[in-house]
Amino acid sequence: MKQFAQLLERLVLTPSRNKKIDYMADYFRTSQSPDRGYVLAALCSELDIKNIKSGIIKKMVMKQCDEFLFKLSYDYVGDLAETISLMWEETDNTAKQLPTITAIIQTLNETPKTDALKMVEEWLNIATPNERWALIKLITGGLRVGVSARLAKTFLSHAFDTPLEEIEKIWHGLKPPYKNLFDWLEGAAEKPVIDPSEVFHPMMLSHPIDKNKDFIKLNPDEFSAEWKWDGIRVQLNLNGDNSKIFSRTGDDISHSFPDIIENSSGKAILDGELLVGEANEPAREGLENRFTPYSFNDLQQRLNRKTVVKKHLKELPAYIRVYDILFLDGTDLRDLPLIERQQKLSHFLTHNKNPRLDLSTTLPFKTWQELAQKREEGAHKGIEGVMIKLKTSPYIAGRPKGPWFKWKRDPLLADAILMYAQRGHGKRSSFYSDYTFGVWRGNEIVPIGKAYFGFTDAELKQIDKWVRKNTIQKFGPVREVSKDLVFEVAFDSVHKSNRHKSGLALRFPRIHRIRWDKPAQEADHIEMVEKLIE
Amino acid sequence: MRPQKKAFITHAHADHARAGHETVVATPQTIAIMKSRYGENCAKKFEAVSYHTPYQDGAVTISFHPAGHVLGSAQIRLEYNKEVIVVTGDYKTIPDPSCAAFEIVPCDIFVTEATFGLPVFKHPAPQTQINKLFYSLKINPQRPHLIGAYALGKAQRLIALLRDAGYNKTIYLHGAMVDLCHLYKQEGIDLGVLEKVDARGNEKKERYKGDIIIAPPSALQSSWARGFGDPVLGMASGWMHVKQRAKQRGLELPLILSDHADWNELTQTILKTGAKEIWVTHGREDALIYFCQQHGLTAKPLSIIGRSDDDDEDYLSDRDKKEPA
Repeated sequence: MKQFAQLLERLVLTPSRNKKIDYMADYFRTSQSPDRGYVLAALCSELDIKNIKSGIIKKMVMKQCDEFLFKLSYDYVGDLAETISLMWEETDNTAKQLPTITAIIQTLNETPKTDALKMVEEWLNIATPNERWALIKLITGGLRVGVSARLAKTFLSHAFDTPLEEIEKIWHGLKPPYKNLFDWLEGAAEKPVIDPSEVFHPMMLSHPIDKNKDFIKLNPDEFSAEWKWDGIRVQLNLNGDNSKIFSRTGDDISHSFPDIIENSSGKAILDGELLVGEANEPAREGLENRFTPYSFNDLQQRLNRKTVVKKHLKELPAYIRVYDILFLDGTDLRDLPLIERQQKLSHFLTHNKNPRLDLSTTLPFKTWQELAQKREEGAHKGIEGVMIKLKTSPYIAGRPKGPWFKWKRDPLLADAILMYAQRGHGKRSSFYSDYTFGVWRGNEIVPIGKAYFGFTDAELKQIDKWVRKNTIQKFGPVREVSKDLVFEVAFDSVHKSNRHKSGLALRFPRIHRIRWDKPAQEADHIEMVEKLIE
Repeated sequence: MRPQKKAFITHAHADHARAGHETVVATPQTIAIMKSRYGENCAKKFEAVSYHTPYQDGAVTISFHPAGHVLGSAQIRLEYNKEVIVVTGDYKTIPDPSCAAFEIVPCDIFVTEATFGLPVFKHPAPQTQINKLFYSLKINPQRPHLIGAYALGKAQRLIALLRDAGYNKTIYLHGAMVDLCHLYKQEGIDLGVLEKVDARGNEKKERYKGDIIIAPPSALQSSWARGFGDPVLGMASGWMHVKQRAKQRGLELPLILSDHADWNELTQTILKTGAKEIWVTHGREDALIYFCQQHGLTAKPLSIIGRSDDDDEDYLSDRDKKEPA
């Protein structure tokens, strides 16, 4: 535990990516399995301790300390593990030793909730402040030490001199504490064999196109285009009764969408967009446009639910609009060029009956101007933009620069007034970084949304200073400010919503520009925003 | 803060002592520091009053008592008609080799600071932080260790703690530190061999490897700091408790060393003074007021002009910039 706590502290305090890699590589080489396997899992957010979640630890601490003081402290520190580690009353228990990471995780997974919580309490008593901090981070997940899963795997590839791609390809078939992985990396065993139909394969992602720079360099003949759909990106693993749907981060979300998996056929791994919508009547010929999608808001009602609501299955039926194929009957197609994969995909969909799938339309175009015009027409119909893909591109995990681009429609804009600000968490702890803004309705200002990005670090400091100077009221962690600062807010679309006082909800709102120069009187009125509803 | 006819000054930090008053009443050390920072004529008249010596101002009897914060720092005791008010200014109760130790002054109304008035702030023993610095010197012998410390008080305390721990090498100073360190030495605080950083260019990169250099926090991100090549950047401050804050400043070596009372010191002191009424100022009042009420004491916040209600390290560094170099 001591070693792990020291590692976490070094990672959080070292801004340099290379130093982080050194520290981690050093840790993986010198520490022992299975501890290091669990640490790797924690860094990649793959560690799941079922019996203990942050909520019940928080409750336990509030009972121990004092709820009011805990809340004030948490608001100030902005990190749960750090708040608890600092607030915890020291007991003179230094003679006792904390168990190993492996023992801690196994104990928690095997012990019922109330007893497990008592164990945690006991360990917090034995630990030093730093160890307490690391322990809570380990148990609750979400380390927030500036290391992504991708970076953690990079450490591993450095430590054992193995290409990152090799690790990525098998990663999703492995489980903590990754004994077979470490054995292979250390040359003590063969590379683990993964059944491709069982696991998630990291997706190929696109870069936003820079229309001023990229188009002059790109030959339109070499690219194919399709609509960018406003749903969620999924990987569909068709395999009879074992069929699965994974989100773009590899979470298994099959249980939420039985309507897609039931009655499916064939054995393939497909890439596509999950949407909700009705099958067109009368049924269309061919594979394309079998359905008409509803809005993203409708789709959201079916996401993140523990159980499937029957009414939803009827009113908000889901389907997947497919655009790529990774595996067919167990054969890896990822090294084939995109157009060959597209042919195989059409062939597959033609010969396997899957009532809740259709094919994403390929948009014909000869010049970039022609595509620009199509994008414009699409935007009027509420389509999010177009995807531009190199016809010869293999399917590469990650975000390679060059083969795939997204070209979103221009964002919608409104000038809104800052109303409330709240302190951020993690690296923004102590800064007022979450903003609620509103527009005029008659003589009052009504909130239309909340945003916490879109500005630079330097701008954040300026806004933070402004918030502190212009606070008129405090509600716990929230400050109400004088209605004087105008933000140009960008968003993808507007929907009706009865959750907000304004009756509106913005999709993907962000701060586009800070209008230090603009008087609040000249900010937009709600009628203008209402006109943008599709 | 407006100039006053007569100003009673607790200590010489810029947020408590300003130039321009007619008469300044303070401890001899505070007056010496004020003159060094703001000039000999920063007030028309000075009245030096030593600790524990009564000073009459009309019907009010006033006396100064050690606050343990920085050299010359005092709590001010005011007695009128058998009622006693104590104003702490800033204080800490743990021993500090660079100033007189804090004393409990019994009173009816206690006006306390609350810079670290949250239970997350429990300062570790200073020696553990000095050891942390020694450990970093050991594992990074080729890198200069550039430590940010407030020029008045923190810098000298850090040096005195290093000397107490047996560190005998020359300690190097940023220009802004020199005068105050000299003044501390004149006041009899042993700081050992100190030297101003004067090397430039390549020599600056080479000469200070493995040495300790002390600079105002605002200098850590300056071109002056980059001139050392690849220094270990550290800071001695109570704010270093919170790792994300240390990270925000790009610090590799946060040293939790504060000249303010932590949560335990604040709450213990409040109870020990015997005061029935507590006025809380300078920082996170909410938690301390809640604590007082839980203990049956009357407590209220006292907002003081010129203080940010969210007194942060950035505020400290702003203050450094205002100081003469």
